[in-house]
Amino acid sequence: MIDRDQVLHVASLARLELSETEIDRMASELSNVLRHIEKMGELDLDGVQATTHVIDVVNALRADEPEPCLPVEVVLAAAPDEVSGGFGVPSPVAKDD
Amino acid sequence: MTESNSLNDPMSTLIELTASEAAERVRAGDLDPAELFEAYRSRAVADQLNAFTWVADGPPAPAPGRDAPLGGVPLAVKDLFCTEGVPSQAGSRILEGYRPPYTATVVSKLAAAGAPLLGKTNQDEFAMGSSNENSGFGPVLNPWDRSRVPGGSSGGSAAAVAAGLAPWAIGTDTGGSIRQPAALCGIVGLKPTYGACSRYGMIAFASSLDQAGPLTRNVADAALLLRYMVGHDRRDSTSIAFPGEIELPRSEDLSGIRLGVPEELSGDGIERGVLESFNATLRLAEGLGATIESCRLPHAPHALSAYYVIAPAEASANLARFDGVRYGLRVDADELTEMYSRTRATGFGAEVKRRIMLGTYALSSGYYDAYYGTAQKVRTKISEDFKAAFAKFDFIVTPTSPWTAFELGSKTADPYAMYLNDFCTVPMPLAGIPAISIPSGLSDGLPVGFQLAGPAFSENRLLAAAHALETAIGFGQLPAPDRWGSYETR
Repeated sequence: MIDRDQVLHVASLARLELSETEIDRMASELSNVLRHIEKMGELDLDGVQATTHVIDVVNALRADEPEPCLPVEVVLAAAPDEVSGGFGVPSPVAKDD
Repeated sequence: MTESNSLNDPMSTLIELTASEAAERVRAGDLDPAELFEAYRSRAVADQLNAFTWVADGPPAPAPGRDAPLGGVPLAVKDLFCTEGVPSQAGSRILEGYRPPYTATVVSKLAAAGAPLLGKTNQDEFAMGSSNENSGFGPVLNPWDRSRVPGGSSGGSAAAVAAGLAPWAIGTDTGGSIRQPAALCGIVGLKPTYGACSRYGMIAFASSLDQAGPLTRNVADAALLLRYMVGHDRRDSTSIAFPGEIELPRSEDLSGIRLGVPEELSGDGIERGVLESFNATLRLAEGLGATIESCRLPHAPHALSAYYVIAPAEASANLARFDGVRYGLRVDADELTEMYSRTRATGFGAEVKRRIMLGTYALSSGYYDAYYGTAQKVRTKISEDFKAAFAKFDFIVTPTSPWTAFELGSKTADPYAMYLNDFCTVPMPLAGIPAISIPSGLSDGLPVGFQLAGPAFSENRLLAAAHALETAIGFGQLPAPDRWGSYETR
């Protein structure tokens, strides 16, 4: 039901690198789970409103007022790579060579 | 081994107190909270079940005041909750060693009420699992039989309480992650109404379903802990002020209580021993004055399908934040996208990858209506089924889990077989309603859970009914061979 190409497409959307064995296993496991899930397609759901929130609540609003937040150094303490007060990352552009 | 159970042993006497009893003694000045903390700390450090991923060095300083309502009774906290400066890894290698800069609201509230942090408990990675075998830090063992799983995903919390390594614990429930491990470990577990407890600082799995709740030795302890967990939090806009206060349950009868037994969740696929215990409990309930009637939740059999679309879909979005940039693991690469993909490939376990893939697929262009749209409509029908049932019944009752604790490794080969664990527990979070699991007895020496579900914000009535049933069942008096004995406390 889900083939190799679909697995690779979804994996790229999810930013997930999969090994060769993972690709094949994922195709068969996801197909099996989806086979079960698709049984809900048998229900007559015409005119049924999709759930947006389970408890009856109105919008929760608050005043848009600035307040203190965590200090920069505390936020950066767990960062794998800190670069001059920010999060360091590799280049978003692939190297040509 | 069971000699350590002796009442002459001061340490084990402490351990035998329920959390409520211990809190009461501290408040009366008959018990030093530091001594109580140390009694549990020494047991948690000697943990042989892999229930803890971190244990505190000692009681908090300053100690909670003697008038603190929770009496300084230490609390085990599922690793999904952020705790400032303390490892909070959500059972995942991608967060190995992560120490957050802030604490989850429910943990802060409980600490302020006098339940200091004893330790962090092991869990299925990002709360995805029903056996604790998906933890990046190894499986938790069931204290009733160490060759078996404790359930999941709050398996560490459940095992710690069942083995007397913690007086009480908190966990989170998305599709059954409090109630099912409570059932498999022979303790009480409650999933509150959606919004009753703040989700702030709970590492998100499926935001429209996740709720924090207590795992305790008995119903009174669950009520006491829940009392200080609920409430609106300005940091979680889905949290709602609880109407009134959580009351300590005293009820010992069920007169006038109408219990509905849904045909769809109490027959096919449920293990014989579990059904026997369930039916015996129904007879006990009748003896306490309840009326029992069969009922229908016609869409309940589709709850599992809706759940395994909605939860992975939300998870695929929530887990996008684990990308090697701000915290946790990074696997280096020359290019940014490659760094993301490799970091996630290395840091996430197999089940988390499966659910991210499933959720991403269900939300992807061309499939959204067929999966996510349909699932949210099924969810509406499930809520309507419950509403119709509660017009006629006070509570819906089912077995908590279709079976008792199973052997480690016995259900890992087939993901869908593992998902069936949640058959009786997923309909409630999909409808946002509260449900509690209490131990109803043993089947072949293993605990069985009995589940009661009520309408939104019916926690007080639910706790009262559970308390009456618990008293009649008398599970606390049943023999529990490995419950205390294997921990040398002398």
